[in-house]
Amino acid sequence: MRARVLLSLLAVALVAAPFVVSGYLVSVLIVALYFAYVGQAWNIMMGFAGQLSLGHALYVGLGAYTAAALFVQSGVPPWLGLIAAIIVAMAFAAAIGFLAFRFGISGVYFALLTIAFAEFTRIGFDHFGWVGASAGLFLPVSQRSGSDLLALRGTPTMFYYVILALAAGAFALSRWLLTSRIGFYWMAIREDQDAAQALGIDTFRYKLAAVVVSAAMTSIAGVFFAFYYNNLFPEQIFSIGRSIEIILGPIIGGLGTLFGPVLGAFVLQLLAEALREGVSALGLEIPGLTQVFYGVCLLVVVMFLPNGVWPPIARRLRL
Amino acid sequence: MLIGHPPRPAIAMTFDLVLNVAAAGILTGLVYGLMALGLSVIFGVTRIVNFAHGEMMTAAMYGAVLLFATVKLDPLLAAIPIGAALAVFGYALQSAVINPFIDRPEHSQFMLMVAVAIVLVNGLLMIFGPNAQNVMVGYAFDSYQLGPLLIDATRAYAGAAALLVAGLLFAFFRFARLGKAIRACADNQFGAAVVGLPVKRLYALTFALGSACLGVAGCLLVLMIDVSPPLGPAMTLLAFVIVIVGGLGSMTGALVGGVLIGLSEALAGLVVPPSAKSMVSFAILILVLLFRPQGLVGRRA
Amino acid sequence: MTALLAVEGISKRFRGLKAVDDVSFTVPKGGIVALIGPNGAGKTTTFNLIAGVYAPDTGRIVLDGEDITSLRPDRACHAGIGRTFQIVKPFGAMTVLENVVVGALRRSADVAAARSRAAELLERVGLADKAAMPAQGLTLPEKKRLETARALATEPKILLLDEVMAGLRPTEIDRMVETFRALNRETGIAILLTEHVMRAVMALSDRIVVLHHGRKICEGSPEQVARNEAVLESYLGTEAVS
Repeated sequence: MRARVLLSLLAVALVAAPFVVSGYLVSVLIVALYFAYVGQAWNIMMGFAGQLSLGHALYVGLGAYTAAALFVQSGVPPWLGLIAAIIVAMAFAAAIGFLAFRFGISGVYFALLTIAFAEFTRIGFDHFGWVGASAGLFLPVSQRSGSDLLALRGTPTMFYYVILALAAGAFALSRWLLTSRIGFYWMAIREDQDAAQALGIDTFRYKLAAVVVSAAMTSIAGVFFAFYYNNLFPEQIFSIGRSIEIILGPIIGGLGTLFGPVLGAFVLQLLAEALREGVSALGLEIPGLTQVFYGVCLLVVVMFLPNGVWPPIARRLRL
Repeated sequence: MLIGHPPRPAIAMTFDLVLNVAAAGILTGLVYGLMALGLSVIFGVTRIVNFAHGEMMTAAMYGAVLLFATVKLDPLLAAIPIGAALAVFGYALQSAVINPFIDRPEHSQFMLMVAVAIVLVNGLLMIFGPNAQNVMVGYAFDSYQLGPLLIDATRAYAGAAALLVAGLLFAFFRFARLGKAIRACADNQFGAAVVGLPVKRLYALTFALGSACLGVAGCLLVLMIDVSPPLGPAMTLLAFVIVIVGGLGSMTGALVGGVLIGLSEALAGLVVPPSAKSMVSFAILILVLLFRPQGLVGRRA
Repeated sequence: MTALLAVEGISKRFRGLKAVDDVSFTVPKGGIVALIGPNGAGKTTTFNLIAGVYAPDTGRIVLDGEDITSLRPDRACHAGIGRTFQIVKPFGAMTVLENVVVGALRRSADVAAARSRAAELLERVGLADKAAMPAQGLTLPEKKRLETARALATEPKILLLDEVMAGLRPTEIDRMVETFRALNRETGIAILLTEHVMRAVMALSDRIVVLHHGRKICEGSPEQVARNEAVLESYLGTEAVS
C-alpha cells in the first residue's frame, strides 16, 4: 500500500515536472530517466536472470543506428524504424545468447564475451560506410515550432514525456515479469542453475529469453538516443564506457529490485550534475571528474552496500 | 553521406615486408605477453579478474613519460622504479580493497575492479589531459639489419626486456620458496591456510608481483606507442583477449597468447586499415571463448 | 506389483574410473527403495544418472513405461523425477515459500495457485512458520526439507532423496520417517533414497539395494540385507552404524 502511495506521488511529480522546473533541469531529468530506462532493461538480464552483460552499449548502438540509418537513408519514419531496431537487436542478442549458452559459457567469461561482441561491432561500424563509418551519422535538424510525435521531432518537453513513458513502461513490464512464472524461473536460474534445471526449467531457453527481452528494451533506448541527440558516432555509442554507465544505476540502486535502477539513475545523475555545476561555478572545467565521481560512488556502494541503496531504504519505509 | 575506406597506398606485399611486419609483431607481442602475464598470475592465484589492468599499465606509462620529461630517465631504466611503485600500489590495493572481497560473488568482485578502473583512467584524464604523449629516446629511429630483417631498436630492446622479466618471474615461481608458497596457495587456498600459510598476505604479494610486471610492460610499451587515457580500457581488453586465448591462469599461455595476438594484429595491419586491426583479436577471442574456453594452452578446470 | 522405475544395467566411467558398474534394480509403484553403501559406492552418481545430470555409458532407465535414459535434468523432471541434492542447492536469496513456488509452477503457470500449493507443502514438511524467510537463513536440516518440498511441488511420480536425514537428531529422524511414510501412504508416491542413517533406512524401506565400488552386491528386504554376509563385510564392517 505504501508502495502504491509512493509510486503515485513520484508519478505526479514526474508528470508535472516540465511545468515547474527550468528547461535546464528538464534536460537533466531526461538523462536520468534515460538511465533509469536502460538500467531497468539491463536489470532484467543481470538482476533477474543473473547473466552479467558488460556490452549492453551494443544494443543501444544497434537500435540507434538501425532507426537513424533507415530514417536518413530511406526516410523510414522512426516508429517503423523502431520495429526494425528491435528486430535487429533481438537477432544479435539471440545469436550471442545461443552461442554462449550452447557452449556453456557463464560468469566472467560470459561478461567478456559480451564486451568482445560490442567491441567487434563498434570497430565494424567504424568502417561501415552506409552509416557514415567513424565520421558519424547525423540526423537532419530542422527548425520547427511544434512537436511532431510521429516523426520524433520536437521540443525537449516532448522527449521528456517520451522517455518518461518508456521508463514507466519498463518499470511496469519488469514488475509484471517478476511476479509471473518467467520471473520466478529467472530468479531460480540466478540463484542455482542446477537446482532450477532439476525443477523442470529449461535453463537454456529462459536465459536466452532474458537476453533477448533485455536487448529489445535496450534497443528502444537507442532509438530515443538517436532522435534526441541527432548524431551518432560508433566510438561513443558502442564504447565500453557506455556499457558501464548503463550498469551503474541498477548496481548502485539495488540489483534485481524494481526501484533500484530508477533510484540509482536519479541519485547518480542528479549528484553528477550538481558536481558539474559546482565545479563550473568555480570557473573550472575538469574532464573526467564526473567519471571519477561515478567510479567512487560505485566503489563505495560495492564495498559497503553490496545490495545497493534501495533495500535499506525499503526496509526503513517498510515497503 | 557515403564514406568508404580511405584509399591506401599500394604496397608491394613482398615476402620481406611480411617477414619484417611479423618480426615487429612478435616483439610487440612479447611486451603484450608480459602485461598479460601480470593479469594471469593475479587471476591464477587470487581468482580476481583485474578489470583495472590496462588502466594500471597506462598509469605506469605516464610515470615513464614523466620521468623521461623531468630527469631524462630512459624508460628501460625507469622500468625498475616504476615496477616497484606499481608493486607497492598492487600490494596496497589487494590488502586494503580487494581482500575483503575474496569470498564475495564473482560479479561483485568484477564490479569492484570496474570501479577501480573508472577512477584510475579518469584520474589520469584529469591529471594529464586527453592528448597523447610520448617519449623520444635518442635511439628512437635506430634499427638493426639482420639478413632481410630491419628491426627497430626500441622494439628489439623492449622485446628482449620483456622476455628477461618473464623469465625471472618463471624462475621465481619455480625455484624460490616464496614462489612455491604462492603456488601452493593457488592450488588450494583452504589447504594453504590449514598448513599455516598467510593466505591474504600471499595474495597481496601476488598482486604486487603481477602489478610489477605491468609496470615494466608499461615502460617498454611507451617506447613503441603513444600514451593517452583511452589506452587504459583498450589495454584491459587486450590483456583479457590475450589471457583467454592463452588460457586464463596459465603463465605460458599468457606469453604465447601475447605473441599470437601481437603477430596477428601486425599481419592484419597489412590487409585492413589500422583502426580495424583489433577486430581480428576480438574475432579470435570470440572463437576461443566458444570453442576452447580453457584457452589454447590451459587445461579444462 | 509393476515396476515404476526400472534401472537396467547402467554404467558410468569418469576418467577411466568406474563410478557405476552395470547396476540394475527396480522401484515398484508406491514402493520405497533405499540405495545404501559406503562413501564412493556410486549412490549419488546413480541418482545423477537417473535425474539426467549425466548420461550413462551403457544401460537403460525406464520410468512408468517411458525411456528416460540420457534425458536432460529438466526433461527428466517433466517425465516425473523429483530430486533433492546431497550438497543442498537452495535458491538462497528467495524466500522459503518462493523456493517451493518455483517447483509448483511446473504444474501450473498461475502464480497464485502455485503459492497456495507451495504453502500446503511447507505445512507438510514442517516449514510453514519459516515461509517468509530467505532460504539462505535456514539450517542445513531445514534446507534438506525445503528441497524435499520443492521437489514434491513438481508432482513427481518418484522422489529421489539424497541423504535428507544427515545431521538430524534421532527424534527428528523419527519425525522425518513418519513424514515420508505418511506422504507415501496418502499420495502413493514412490521414493528412492540414499541414506547413511540406518535407523531411517530400516524403518522406511520396503527393499534395500547395496552398492559397493559401483557394483550392486546385494538386494533384498531390510531383514535379508541385514543378515547378508557380503554386506556386513564390505559395508557395515567399514563404517560405524548410527
